[in-house]
Amino acid sequence: MDFGFSLSPSSAVNLDNTDMSLYERLCEREPGAKTCMACGSCSATCTVSAINGMSVRKVILGLQRGQFRDVEKMLSRCMLCGKCTMVCPRGINTRHLILELCRLYGSKEGEL
Amino acid sequence: MRERFASGFDPFVIPFVLGMVFVLSYCLFGMIRILVQLPKADRRKFLLSLVTPKTLLKDIKDIFLNCLIHVKLWKRNPVLGYMHSSIAFGWFMIILLGHLEVMLFLPERIHLFYYPIFFNYFVAETETTLQGAVLFFLMDFFLLMILSGIVLAIIKRVRSRIVGMRRTTNPSFLDRVGLYSLWAIFPLRLLCESFTAHISGGSFLTLPMNWIFRQFLGNELNALPTWWAYSIALGVFMTVLPFTRYMHIPSEMLLIPLRNAGLHILHPRKGFARVQFYSCPGCGVCIDACPMSVRKENLKDCTVYLNRQLRRGNEKRIEEISDKCLMCGKCTAVCQVGVQGPELRLAQRTMRNYGVNPHYSDIDPERFRVEGGSAKVLYFAGCMTHLTPGIGKSVRSLLDKAGVPFKMMDPEGGLCCGRPMMMAGRKEQTRELIRLNTDIIRNSGCTTLLLSCPICYRIFKERYSLDGIRIVHHSVFFDELIKQGKLSVQHNDSLRLAYHDPCELGRGCGIYDEPRSAVSSVAELLEAGKNREESICCGGSLGSLSLNFEKRKDITLASLKNLCVEDPDGIVTACPLCQSTFSNYSDIPVQDIAQVLDNASS
Ligand code: SF4
Ligand code: SF4
Ligand code: SF4
Ligand code: SF4
Repeated sequence: MDFGFSLSPSSAVNLDNTDMSLYERLCEREPGAKTCMACGSCSATCTVSAINGMSVRKVILGLQRGQFRDVEKMLSRCMLCGKCTMVCPRGINTRHLILELCRLYGSKEGEL
Repeated sequence: MRERFASGFDPFVIPFVLGMVFVLSYCLFGMIRILVQLPKADRRKFLLSLVTPKTLLKDIKDIFLNCLIHVKLWKRNPVLGYMHSSIAFGWFMIILLGHLEVMLFLPERIHLFYYPIFFNYFVAETETTLQGAVLFFLMDFFLLMILSGIVLAIIKRVRSRIVGMRRTTNPSFLDRVGLYSLWAIFPLRLLCESFTAHISGGSFLTLPMNWIFRQFLGNELNALPTWWAYSIALGVFMTVLPFTRYMHIPSEMLLIPLRNAGLHILHPRKGFARVQFYSCPGCGVCIDACPMSVRKENLKDCTVYLNRQLRRGNEKRIEEISDKCLMCGKCTAVCQVGVQGPELRLAQRTMRNYGVNPHYSDIDPERFRVEGGSAKVLYFAGCMTHLTPGIGKSVRSLLDKAGVPFKMMDPEGGLCCGRPMMMAGRKEQTRELIRLNTDIIRNSGCTTLLLSCPICYRIFKERYSLDGIRIVHHSVFFDELIKQGKLSVQHNDSLRLAYHDPCELGRGCGIYDEPRSAVSSVAELLEAGKNREESICCGGSLGSLSLNFEKRKDITLASLKNLCVEDPDGIVTACPLCQSTFSNYSDIPVQDIAQVLDNASS
């Protein structure tokens, strides 16, 4: 029977199964990550969000939810233009956050 | 003149000879090492420049003016200039005159390289050598000059404020050994020559002293120990030189020809970079100049400390210092040696390994295809101008008023120019962005690329190859339109505006006059306390990777204070990033030059 809509699979993430170490390492290097309030200003202004959905907000949330591949994909198009830094109401140094995260990926410290 | 000793030798010369042989071989070895480290193309370029008469002449002239006379330092601070040039030039002259004396009077001894230094010990004056009086006079004269410099140096050590510096660096232990031996050399020389002046001859300084000493001392007995002390002081100085900041003396002589050959820093430790950080004498001028130094905790992040850490190989601090810098370029502008602090840091940033390496190969330039027909002016607002839409709006309005047909490269936002990426040291990503943007610009068929953001402007100028396309910043473009009468503006006599030189536009691209001329056509132009090459970064720079928002606040406030010395009604700048950064804290309006012109035009 067709109801005109369907059920989508649950996207809930079981936080208990998530490895938070990468997020924690990031917070050590860029403590600003902890102060993100997920307002989305960064996503709204991002130069490449239209291209691959980059959003610092989603990067920070993704790390806490264990969506490491998605995060990596988002990071892989950032142009470091700094618009997100300029608009962030919490004054987070998002460029530093992105660069440090790019370094942590694949480094011993950030190993998953 | 005749010789006092047939052998032409005395054991007291040994400390000097040993020190000299050591320092010369050290420098020779170091120089060869650096030449080996240079990339092949650079080495060729350098060697070629040494056999090109034009660059060679320039090398000699620059070495003379910078290493001996210290012209740049004179311009900056005459007291410090005198201090350095009296010692350097005076010492050079004493060595030169020493050689001249030997050549004139005892040419057979010229192969003994200690002879010109200790000439007065080895000779006795005779009736026939009165012509030597001129040389003796000059010798005393230059010795006096050096001594006056030494006195100043001692005063500077004790109280740096007297010579007009707020902050100066702390010397290390070996630096101190070098310093004190340098201070000792010249008073000892004066004593030596005075003790022997009645034998070897002297002039206005040494002869009277000789007379005084003879009233109560047995000259002969005191002479030899003093000459020993003089030789030891020289020997100690030469021996510690490579391990102290005095290494800057030989380094700078290599730095100048390398720079004149047109080399760039490619590796943060090797080759050209190495010569640069060894050429820093630690004068500390860059400390007061650095905008970060308004915060006490950032004092040690200035270029002088980067140089020190690079010499010591302190990796952790090198990384920290490299990331913090705003890349404003002011330290290079004030440095009389020309150490390129930001370039050293940039080279360090390029060394990093990342686990995620962005790439843009799947971005289709077609997506950013420029619409707008046959207009020849292409306006690229850039990321920063998109965040300060008022500026973009004013630019478009001014273009319309002047009747200049144009098209937009990034009406809905475009790609980044690549400079922020470049300043993070990611070369491959920068190259890709440049390639993409070049495609878009070439396909648009424009002949002029108009930019609002100096950050973009600089990379378009320096790194893009857009032959046949004029790259122009809007401040220059509108100034031209005003001068050509295409844009009519109203001068408001009661409006007083202070102009801020953005780092990337001013020091970065050398544009100082056009924006000023444009501002003067609509208002009374006021200058900041420190302006042009010495303008102070707004604090918003994308060059710094690790300075966070709160820490930049003090920098912005200091820069604002500097802009308000003449109590302006408003501040005008030529950079969207400066405009937005200042606006966060300024009590008076801060506008971009385009906005100011737009308000005053019809
Ligand atoms: S720096 Fe990166 S994440 Fe931030 S706005 Fe620019 S492209 Fe987007
Ligand atoms: S703008 Fe800042 S606070 Fe808002 S989501 Fe982005 S990073 Fe978080
Ligand atoms: S470039 Fe600017 S911020 Fe960096 S060290 Fe030099 S003066 Fe300081
Ligand atoms: S970098 Fe230049 S200005 Fe700074 S201490 Fe060294 S020589 Fe002086």
